[in-house]
Amino acid sequence: MNRSSGHGMPGRLIAVEGVDGSGKSTQIDLLHKWLVGLGCRVFFSEWNSSPLVMEATKKGKRRLLLTPTTFCLIHATDFADRYERQILPMLRAGYIVLCDRYVYTSYARDKARGCDPEWLREVYGFAQPPDITFWYHVPVEVALDRLTKSRKEPNYFEAGMDLGLSLDLREGFRIFQDRITRNYAEMVDEFGFVSMDATLPIHQQQQAARKLVQERIELSAYPSQIEHVVHDQYGIPPPVFEEDLIDAEGEW
Amino acid sequence: MVSHQSYRHSIPGIDMEELGGLLIVVEGPDSSGRSTQIWLLSRWLEQQGFAVEQMGLKRSKLVANELEQAKNGNVMSPRTMALFYATDFYDQLENRILPALRAGSVVLADRYIYTLMARDMARGAPYEWLEPLYSMSVVPDAVYLLDTSAENILDRTLSSRGQLDYWESGMDLGLARDWFQSFMLYQEAMRKHFEPLMTRFSIERIDGDRSILDVHEDLKSRIGGVLTGFSTS
Repeated sequence: MNRSSGHGMPGRLIAVEGVDGSGKSTQIDLLHKWLVGLGCRVFFSEWNSSPLVMEATKKGKRRLLLTPTTFCLIHATDFADRYERQILPMLRAGYIVLCDRYVYTSYARDKARGCDPEWLREVYGFAQPPDITFWYHVPVEVALDRLTKSRKEPNYFEAGMDLGLSLDLREGFRIFQDRITRNYAEMVDEFGFVSMDATLPIHQQQQAARKLVQERIELSAYPSQIEHVVHDQYGIPPPVFEEDLIDAEGEW
Repeated sequence: MVSHQSYRHSIPGIDMEELGGLLIVVEGPDSSGRSTQIWLLSRWLEQQGFAVEQMGLKRSKLVANELEQAKNGNVMSPRTMALFYATDFYDQLENRILPALRAGSVVLADRYIYTLMARDMARGAPYEWLEPLYSMSVVPDAVYLLDTSAENILDRTLSSRGQLDYWESGMDLGLARDWFQSFMLYQEAMRKHFEPLMTRFSIERIDGDRSILDVHEDLKSRIGGVLTGFSTS
């Protein structure tokens, strides 16, 4: 059941991809909580979150200093920092690592900004492929609708305004995110994405994701050390995995 | 006007046909006399009526400050550092060099991708990863390396600054515990990693162990040739 992994490290890597408003962050957050609840050792990492690089990215975005090339490279710097200081050591130490966006975000988005796809793959060539990559695909109108429900307008970069696609944020979003969606679709076979219909109800998508994670990763092989210490100390029996797992019919 | 090319990949949104001007690169370690030579060249070129634009490493608006901070904390992995420097480089390429070339200026670059590559290679980055990383950069019209002996660099550094620089001594590499030995080993390593780049990127070697004026005369006569082609085309 615990398939051997392409990266050859004891840990397991799960990534979610999708356009802004696809609901992928909600899904990986729920996966995270579920795995923690099961007593697994899990680590979560988010795109563009390295404190080292974030200041520069923020400034670049605020002052519109970024070109397609530097936009890509500054995110690559962020990724490398998180990859080498967190993701890689965690995988080597046998953690389940969850990534909200992985290199495919760059492949899809920076290509939509005009970067050469071959160049992008070379720049990110050091990143090991995830064991599971979920791609949450959704019609661009649905994504836009979700975004605008929560904060009115898409932001400048989500709308690809730097490319001058449209003067209207929503129209820019439609054009730009549509390009990104097509780029994702082209990568499904190349990188073995698991396509998820992101228009389905949240819990239904989550159920499907959990089922697949369980099928592909032997979760009991990743017990949290912290939990064990607590259990040993207080004499509480360790969690019984089976009861928390979803059975074959997909029931909770 | 002479148009330019990038090494392999094209820069998104840039029409290379629009680029004129000249791109001249001076490479060499700190204290090899680079800045002095660039200053002299810049004055000489301006006297002849050329518009001169200078660029160097770690001067971008985008990341220079953040890069400096991160370096001080010394917490970045070599790969993160390489990408940070690459971001800085492309920011300056796109926002300084390209506009200057478009305007027909002579751009004097105080180091370029070669120093960056050699530094990264000395820190374990494979050339196969660095080559594509920098493959969008503009091929310069001439690249000169101020080849200066480690002894001279050491002497000049100590007499002008009174101390060795942490990074120029490669202290992050853990080559040796004492700064002097680390400095000598690091200069040696940089020389070793620079060597294969010389032929690959047609870099001309300039003997940097001579006097400032001798080096300046040498550079002038070499650049003179490049300028002739430039001003008559």
